[in-house]
Amino acid sequence: MDFMKFLQYIASGTAYTIAVTLVALPSGLLLGILFSILNVYGGKVTQRLTSLYSTIMRGIPPIVLLFILYFIVSGSINLSPFWAGSISLGIVSSAYQMEIVRGAILSVSGGQMMAARAIGMSKNQAIRHVILPQTLRLAIPPWSNEAAIVVKDSSLVYALGVPEILRRAQLISASTQEPFLAYAVAALIYFLLVFITNRLLDALDRRLHIPANP
Amino acid sequence: MAKPILTIKKLTKKYGENVIFHDMDLVVNEGDTIVIIGPSGTGKSTLLRCINLLTIADEGQIWLDDIEITAKSCDEDKVRQHIGMVFQNFLLFNHLTALENVMLGLTKVRHMKPDEAKHKALLELERVGLLDRADHYPGQLSGGQQQRVAIARALAMDPRIMLFDEPTSALDPELIGEVLEVMRKLALEGMTMLVVTHEMGFAREVADRIVFLEKGSIVEEGSPEDLFYHPKHERTREFLWKITELYGKKEKES
Amino acid sequence: MIAWLKLFERYLPEFIKGAGVTLELTAVGLTLGFVLGLALAVARVYAPKWLKTIAIGYIELFRGTPLLVQLFIIYYGLPSLGITLSQTLSAFLALGLNSAAYQAEYLRGAILSIGASQMTAGRAIGLSRWKTIWYVILPQALRLVIPAWSNEPISLLKTTAIVFLIAVQDLMAKAKRAAADTYNPVGSYLAVAVVYLVLVFIFTWGLKYLEKKTRIPGFEMGLKKG
Repeated sequence: MDFMKFLQYIASGTAYTIAVTLVALPSGLLLGILFSILNVYGGKVTQRLTSLYSTIMRGIPPIVLLFILYFIVSGSINLSPFWAGSISLGIVSSAYQMEIVRGAILSVSGGQMMAARAIGMSKNQAIRHVILPQTLRLAIPPWSNEAAIVVKDSSLVYALGVPEILRRAQLISASTQEPFLAYAVAALIYFLLVFITNRLLDALDRRLHIPANP
Repeated sequence: MAKPILTIKKLTKKYGENVIFHDMDLVVNEGDTIVIIGPSGTGKSTLLRCINLLTIADEGQIWLDDIEITAKSCDEDKVRQHIGMVFQNFLLFNHLTALENVMLGLTKVRHMKPDEAKHKALLELERVGLLDRADHYPGQLSGGQQQRVAIARALAMDPRIMLFDEPTSALDPELIGEVLEVMRKLALEGMTMLVVTHEMGFAREVADRIVFLEKGSIVEEGSPEDLFYHPKHERTREFLWKITELYGKKEKES
Repeated sequence: MIAWLKLFERYLPEFIKGAGVTLELTAVGLTLGFVLGLALAVARVYAPKWLKTIAIGYIELFRGTPLLVQLFIIYYGLPSLGITLSQTLSAFLALGLNSAAYQAEYLRGAILSIGASQMTAGRAIGLSRWKTIWYVILPQALRLVIPAWSNEPISLLKTTAIVFLIAVQDLMAKAKRAAADTYNPVGSYLAVAVVYLVLVFIFTWGLKYLEKKTRIPGFEMGLKKG
């Protein structure tokens, strides 16, 4: 097999890997933000429930969770492996992202909430306009770490038959009898994706940095 | 006769067994500047927070103008719009510039149009002498400047009354003056103010009435003249003597 | 629910066997990762530049790629270079090599927090550089690292769950088997999820205990400087 063709074929899996990440990461973030707000500002019941959710979800290996969610999701709605896998991966990530956002909310001082209430904002307004904008900025560095984990964990949907990088590598290694090369190229692409993700989020962190005197 | 803006009747606050203050009565008339003094831990800050409904009092009632704000049917967010609050540690919104800090309440709470809000916010910043710092973030401002922005933020809501919770206690001595100057100006303009402070110079010069609070109740209240020169209670005399000794030096410097 | 409990009961002996394999994988991976991680951490802080670069490259490479890909390179890829390893051996190696990169970072953090002054003190009493590392720096670093490091066993335990993809008979492989037998994938994977949860809780509890036992008041990372 022509080497360029070989590369091309694996690289086309890259599009899937990126797509899986781009579905999983934001959906996990949305759930994570929601659950962390319920956890910090909710009543006792929502507090307990979200904490329990976090503990259980983070106590189960991602691949086990992925399989459970995948079979639940694809069993109840008719979705392609790509969508079912990506959404499931997003739910897996949500508990970790919840903890990241929660940590950031707690590190924004309670005084900010009080100051917002003092000018007449409702609790929801204060969360939306004062707490969250600060929280999300603070969360970027730890979140960057989680983004890299999701990029890497996207390889798990290989097991569900989604034609992402690893699956393509496997197909090629079978047809070319060059398994080492195939998987090494896959590794290289993942490495670059993780590297780029970290760089992009670093740049975002710098861009959104709130100016202060030293 | 002067019109009362804030009326407090039999207000009591407890944390468990611990009584912070009890049966507190206080009337603030329109245009008055009332200074609350007293040893720390006597419930002065808690009193201000109860007035602003940031903390809920256990018993008693508070009226703002003719409306009982401690009533259950009262919308606390509405009430807070009409009560300006300035905190000891400024509590500016860290992610917003000075201008945006002042604008936020106008756009989100009073639903003003952005350019209208900006116009008003700039006026308020000018009022506290910080027009040239409008685009600075809190982290780029000195403590005194931050506190003046916080005052502008509260003023922008056109409050009926301003509450100051030890507004200069967190400041370096050389920065206290600029904040007191802004407050002095406000008092002259006729703003109704309730101020918790240890700045006796300010109290003596600006206050219409001084309230001496100790262990959760009012020991004595009266004009600065009465309290400083003819106190009725021995405790008042002792406290004023001590506090002047302690803070006198700082005042002279600033 | 009843059906699920029946499934759980029926496969429990298999799950226990699988859990044994999972624990073995965790233990071997952790040990291998620790030894190699320690070497990498020391190299990253104290080694000459070329060795330092190799250590950094290793850590970045293994942290920057999915474990699953590393596992496939070892199991499917190495034979084309003439190295053929069994499934279990491949899993041990992949977990160990991967964990080493993470443990190296924990250990490096601890070594750095000991600070240069301890090195100076060691050298001042006439110890060589390597002897100072061995007798002065590492004993302190290993104590300091425990709270941060205690994430790793739990993290690794969860990570082992992917090795069934090269047909190692761990807990997850047993679940896959049960799913195929019973046509009840959700129930089967839920069952092993419970087993994993129990293992994770036991680990968490055990590590907390270890942390408490080894804690020296006033001697903690972050508190200590210089």
